[in-house]
Amino acid sequence: MATVKRTQLMPGVFLTSVNTKKFKSSLLSMTLLAPLKGETAAVNALIPYLLRRGSEAHPDLQSLSAALDQLYGGAIDPVVRKKGEAQCVGFLGSFLDDAYTLDGSGVLAQAAGLMGELLLRPYTQAGAFCPDYTRQEKANLLDRIRAEVNEKRQYAVNRVLEEMCREEPYGVGRLGREADVEAITPQSAWAQYQALLAHSRLELYYCGSAEHDEVCIILQRALTGLPREGGYEVPETVVVPSAQAPRRVEEAMDVAQGKLTMGFRTGGITAASPDYPALVLCNALFGGTTTSKLFLNVREKLSLCYYASSSLLRYKGLMIVSSGVEFSNVKKAEDEIEAQLEACRRGDFEPWEVEGARRYTVSSLMTMLDSQGRQEDWWISQAVAGLTQSPQELAQAMETVSVEAAVAAAKAISLDTVYFLKGMEG
Amino acid sequence: MEEKKYSRIGERMFHTVLPNGLHIYVSPKPDFQKSYAFFATNYGGMDMRFQLDGKWLDTPAGVAHFLEHKTFDTEDGNALQDLAANGASPNAFTSTALTGYYFESTEKFEENLKILLSFVSIPYYTQESVDKEQGIIGQEIRMGDDEPDTQVFYGMLEGLYAHNPVKENIAGTVESIAQITADTLNLCHKAFYDPGNMVLCVAGDVDPERVAAIAQEILPKEGHAPVARDYGPTETEKAAQSLWEKEMAVSTPIFQLGFKDTPPEQGEAWLRWELLGDLACEALLGTSSPLYARLYNEGLVNEAFSYGCEAYPGAAFLCAGGESRDPEAVRDAVLAEAERIGRDGVDEGLFQRLKRAAYGSMVRGLNSFENICVSQSTAHFNGYSYLTFPEVFETISKEDVEGCIRRVVTKEKTALAVIRPKGGAV
Repeated sequence: MATVKRTQLMPGVFLTSVNTKKFKSSLLSMTLLAPLKGETAAVNALIPYLLRRGSEAHPDLQSLSAALDQLYGGAIDPVVRKKGEAQCVGFLGSFLDDAYTLDGSGVLAQAAGLMGELLLRPYTQAGAFCPDYTRQEKANLLDRIRAEVNEKRQYAVNRVLEEMCREEPYGVGRLGREADVEAITPQSAWAQYQALLAHSRLELYYCGSAEHDEVCIILQRALTGLPREGGYEVPETVVVPSAQAPRRVEEAMDVAQGKLTMGFRTGGITAASPDYPALVLCNALFGGTTTSKLFLNVREKLSLCYYASSSLLRYKGLMIVSSGVEFSNVKKAEDEIEAQLEACRRGDFEPWEVEGARRYTVSSLMTMLDSQGRQEDWWISQAVAGLTQSPQELAQAMETVSVEAAVAAAKAISLDTVYFLKGMEG
Repeated sequence: MEEKKYSRIGERMFHTVLPNGLHIYVSPKPDFQKSYAFFATNYGGMDMRFQLDGKWLDTPAGVAHFLEHKTFDTEDGNALQDLAANGASPNAFTSTALTGYYFESTEKFEENLKILLSFVSIPYYTQESVDKEQGIIGQEIRMGDDEPDTQVFYGMLEGLYAHNPVKENIAGTVESIAQITADTLNLCHKAFYDPGNMVLCVAGDVDPERVAAIAQEILPKEGHAPVARDYGPTETEKAAQSLWEKEMAVSTPIFQLGFKDTPPEQGEAWLRWELLGDLACEALLGTSSPLYARLYNEGLVNEAFSYGCEAYPGAAFLCAGGESRDPEAVRDAVLAEAERIGRDGVDEGLFQRLKRAAYGSMVRGLNSFENICVSQSTAHFNGYSYLTFPEVFETISKEDVEGCIRRVVTKEKTALAVIRPKGGAV
């Protein structure tokens, strides 16, 4: 079994490492945590993409690609994530494990060095980010924000979150707002970058065959010169326990299929609550699996849609139902979704439903140990929330959580906002 | 079972063939929590015309996919629920030339394997359930109608091919699936869901001999040889139309470029064609190529750019696509670069780096059980072993790559598909 270790390497810099020989690759990530705010979201989202354009030693894309190709096609990707009300920006790297190189050369130390170089020593002009790179990456970020509308399923989820949390930081999009992108200059981005480096919590994560102590040494070397000037607090997430009277938002677009998303508050239950396993079981019973009430009734029994499912945003205390339906069926689908939640509140479950939901949840937590990417996301998220529970520990809790507790969780859930993306009139 | 070792990449593969003609492959993965089983038939969206019991039959577009949905139905209910009740995550997909059913689970592997083999091999299609499924699949098709990436890819195929059914929408159309009856499904099940036309691939901490014994116990004792199919007259070397266009509610033009090649022979030649095609893409327009750096700097492509190659019976092509404000300019730049490489060749240093990078990426890909099983199943249907890729890869020279680019990336073999923003913008 793999071992998970956590060490503070420098002030406000923490490494979580998982030592295992079962993968062919190693995964390494460096993540800066910033509070999610309208004013800074866009520039924070831009920074990893700007850094990824070039460093002092590798000033352009081609020289960077050449360096990565030399490391057996390693990948270093800019990442921008939203975890609760923290915006997490940095790099996610995947590299061939040292055991599989053709000439026996070690990849990890060089890969970490390259990632540290990208984070700490960017290519600059006149003491700030290169104006050309800034202009191009601003254009790319604008494209990325505007392109969110292209994937209607995700777009409808983003929109319901934006609407229901319009008075909370959580309503700010992961990539920030278009107008704020326009206003960024090479100098303003540089100033924010310096502030992030000096004052943000930096979370490091490694999974692969190298021992924890060795990884500590490699990363300490890779991050030499990181300015540390105080601060480092992990941004806090405010949880609103329950909804007022539900709001409805409709939008029209030239689409073939309607998208219905419903945002619920979980009664204040989050990943940090003792009731969290009950909420997980409740979500699985309601709409989290192919044995769930939503799948079996909205899709299979009434043939209203191809997909209807629910998912949790576990650090913010939200549950989202997402479904694609014919425009004329939206009322029917919405009524049925509410009726199924009501059935959960009544505890209307057959034993096989409970067993199916429980087994599914345990299994999906345990298979996380087989995926470097999913494990990384878990541990970074836990670090943001200040939690230390492992996937195995939550799986154990899922084995014993009672149906009554899941019913109580269902009763705590309240509908906040309904969003419907419909077609154009006529 | 016969065991083959691939020591350089740290893999083993067991193989056997049952008296009914079913080939079984098992990849032992002792350190993992989960096991994964993939049961596939050599039958996909393009197999619409075939010979059964001496007669040629024509079936509507979308049958293979429809069959995939309905195959989960059993006399006692639904296998999806049976597997999910055991905590397994079951699913299935239909691609152009293959339909695969799979599950991953952390417990009760043998029981789950029996369920999988049993529901896929025993047809149970009623007219009532077929009628009901029209609604669900109708919604799936509508969802695809709103997905620009799906639409643009089919647009490119429409551009490349005059009649090869590779270009048919795998899910069919609302009109074509309306013609499907329970009889159609029974007929196609008889033709294609025969052990002689199928493969079982398993990865996980399992006993290979037990896998073979269970397959022997559950599946029919006899099988027949794969049926003959007809993909229409041989395609010409040229693209059927050079430009395909459509308007949708998107933020920026989305494009896909296709370059038509002569399909490879079955066997190792097929694997070699795929490896060569990937390397040719990398050298011509991959993220390490001089062309990509130029296009990226000019803002003509962004990180959404991706590329690859695909081969099917009677159809093979290289392709590249993404978002661009000027897709025609990207096409022209790619053709000009291909001409330059045809004349001056690929830089030797770049070629060596690309090979190293491609090797590393393929080995990293072996982390995924799904990748191993799907790749080996596809390989089996095309007459080679997937894990031989390092040896075949080594035989590919710089001249081979240059020859491929010279042969395939020419104006008359090129089709460009573009989705433009409706009314100029969203």
